[in-house]
Amino acid sequence: MSAKPSDSTSAIPSELLSKIKPAKWEDTPLVLNKRNFHWVTEKICGIVEQKTPTWWWWCFITAMAIASFTGLGLLYLVSTGVGVWGNNNPVNWGWAIVNFVFWIGIGHAGTLISAILCLLKQKWRTSINRASEAMTVFAVMCAGIFPLFHVGRVWFAWWLFPLPNANAIWPQFRSPLEWDVFAVSTYFTVSILFWYMGMIPDLAVLRDRAKETWRKYFYGVLAMGWRNANNHWRNFEMAYLLLAGLSTPLVLSVHTIVSFDFAVANLPGWHTTIFPPYFVAGAIFSGFGMVLTLLLPLRAIFGLHDLITEKHIDNMCKIILATGSMVGYAYSMEFFIAWYGANSYEGFAFINRAFGNYWWAYWIMISCNVICPQLFWFKSIKNNIPLVWIISIFVNVGMWFERFVIANTTLSRDFLPSSWGYYSPTVVDIFTFFGTFGFFSILFLLFLRFLPLMPMAEVKSVMPAADPHGGKH
Amino acid sequence: MDIKYGLAATFNSAKELFDAAGLVREEGYKEWECYTPIPVHGLDAQMGVGRSKVPCFTLLGGITGFCTGMLIVWFMNAYDYPLIVGGKPYFSPIYPFPVFYELTILFAAFGTLFGMFFLNRLPRHNHPVFEHPSFGRTGDDKYMIVIEVEDPKFDDDETKDFLKSVGGKSITLIREPINS
Repeated sequence: MSAKPSDSTSAIPSELLSKIKPAKWEDTPLVLNKRNFHWVTEKICGIVEQKTPTWWWWCFITAMAIASFTGLGLLYLVSTGVGVWGNNNPVNWGWAIVNFVFWIGIGHAGTLISAILCLLKQKWRTSINRASEAMTVFAVMCAGIFPLFHVGRVWFAWWLFPLPNANAIWPQFRSPLEWDVFAVSTYFTVSILFWYMGMIPDLAVLRDRAKETWRKYFYGVLAMGWRNANNHWRNFEMAYLLLAGLSTPLVLSVHTIVSFDFAVANLPGWHTTIFPPYFVAGAIFSGFGMVLTLLLPLRAIFGLHDLITEKHIDNMCKIILATGSMVGYAYSMEFFIAWYGANSYEGFAFINRAFGNYWWAYWIMISCNVICPQLFWFKSIKNNIPLVWIISIFVNVGMWFERFVIANTTLSRDFLPSSWGYYSPTVVDIFTFFGTFGFFSILFLLFLRFLPLMPMAEVKSVMPAADPHGGKH
Repeated sequence: MDIKYGLAATFNSAKELFDAAGLVREEGYKEWECYTPIPVHGLDAQMGVGRSKVPCFTLLGGITGFCTGMLIVWFMNAYDYPLIVGGKPYFSPIYPFPVFYELTILFAAFGTLFGMFFLNRLPRHNHPVFEHPSFGRTGDDKYMIVIEVEDPKFDDDETKDFLKSVGGKSITLIREPINS
């Protein structure tokens, strides 16, 4: 909505007004080119209703091919044993935990956009929240694969849940790994609920436009009979706000609890109180990197420039800059405390991180996570879309290395030099991780094809035509 | 066979609907509804409907989740199969904090979603308003007010004239088909 300076200043006498010279403040509109509601409906529904584009099929086939690497990796692992992964004494966690934390962290931006930015009344979130929430759900699915198969005998993975089993023993609730089971499964479930609930009005629009029978049934069943009634909207808006309020402490708790996996252990480099906030900031940082990586190509392919404007990209770059700086602060604070704490093991762990056996990983992490996002101070870089996309990839790479550095430097240099070792992944590790990108892409492509990419009602709500008071409120 | 459900009038903008809704309320109609492509700001007060009851379901879910979390930890680690781990107590409200924190959120979220469905009487895949020839446009860019036959003040001609007078366009009688 564009502010009307005349409304707020009409009560002031004109001779005074000429002395004050109030600044004329015009908000940048969130939907450009004065588009109307019908255009938004046609644009978003059109993506789903058009004939499947050729590029979609090429991407889908490529994604299937990549995902088959995970399939092969897991098949080999299940038929042989977890020994086919590179984890071994002293590095018992290896890539499994690195990939798990990497994927789960990516999910956090989706919840941040849909929940925290909703509570903060950031209207620009409307055009990017649906795709980001989809990203959250799919990223958590990819994350789940790793701990699930790391348990060794995956067919007993249900023992993680407090269900009665033949051994008559229960999960041990003092373990952070058990807390993780609750945190991640709750996060996954609530993310799906939030994502689905937000989609109901849009599914109803697709249902009402559907021509083919299968579409009528598919969207009809999913839309639950939604009928755009004010009574529906009233309960829906309240439920949406409440879910946003519930997801906010949830998203902050998930990466906090993931960081407990490390922080609760009495190991140098892990046993620090800075871990929870530092992990949450890192998660949001990596998540926004992934949001940009996904949305910038979509914006170009589907011509969404009026909906995902330069302002949206600029805001996301700012969040990456802010969280990247927080992560950089955490890295330096860890070093400071290691020195200030005067514990020789802690001190060694950090010197070893930067200059020890995994020095290269550490410096990849620093350059991608700390140095790269600082480029976003410059407007010319934020406005250069291909460059923003490249930096977003660097952010993703850097955040993967962060988890690698944390997990592996500490474990590979134990308290006793006799148990020191060097971890390298096996080809099975590499296959399994590589394939998850295909798995993620398959899910995301299906989302693009069958579900509304943007919340139409929410996008319309931030347009001037949505104001029932004609701009005088 | 079909029976009359109500009279529908369409509006082209949120402002038109908003003003008309106020007039419908003032006229004393009780059984009526607005259909809008977006949640219109301030329409609840304009229609004279109160605050949504969804938070009650959220609270109920949250309390259930909290108690469930506490109960399973106590039952499993302190009562049914007491385990000594790391010299920690069998049960304490501190160490399983993440467990009941997450379960509180989980159950509250389910309470919210199902509360919303319950209060909206969904799923309901068939409704007389779907019979309106351009109902689909209310999800796009049109606004609609429907006054039901159920309303004590409803009268075929008077209501029709009234809807016209508040600025409603293409006034249509919605008929509900009945399978005999």
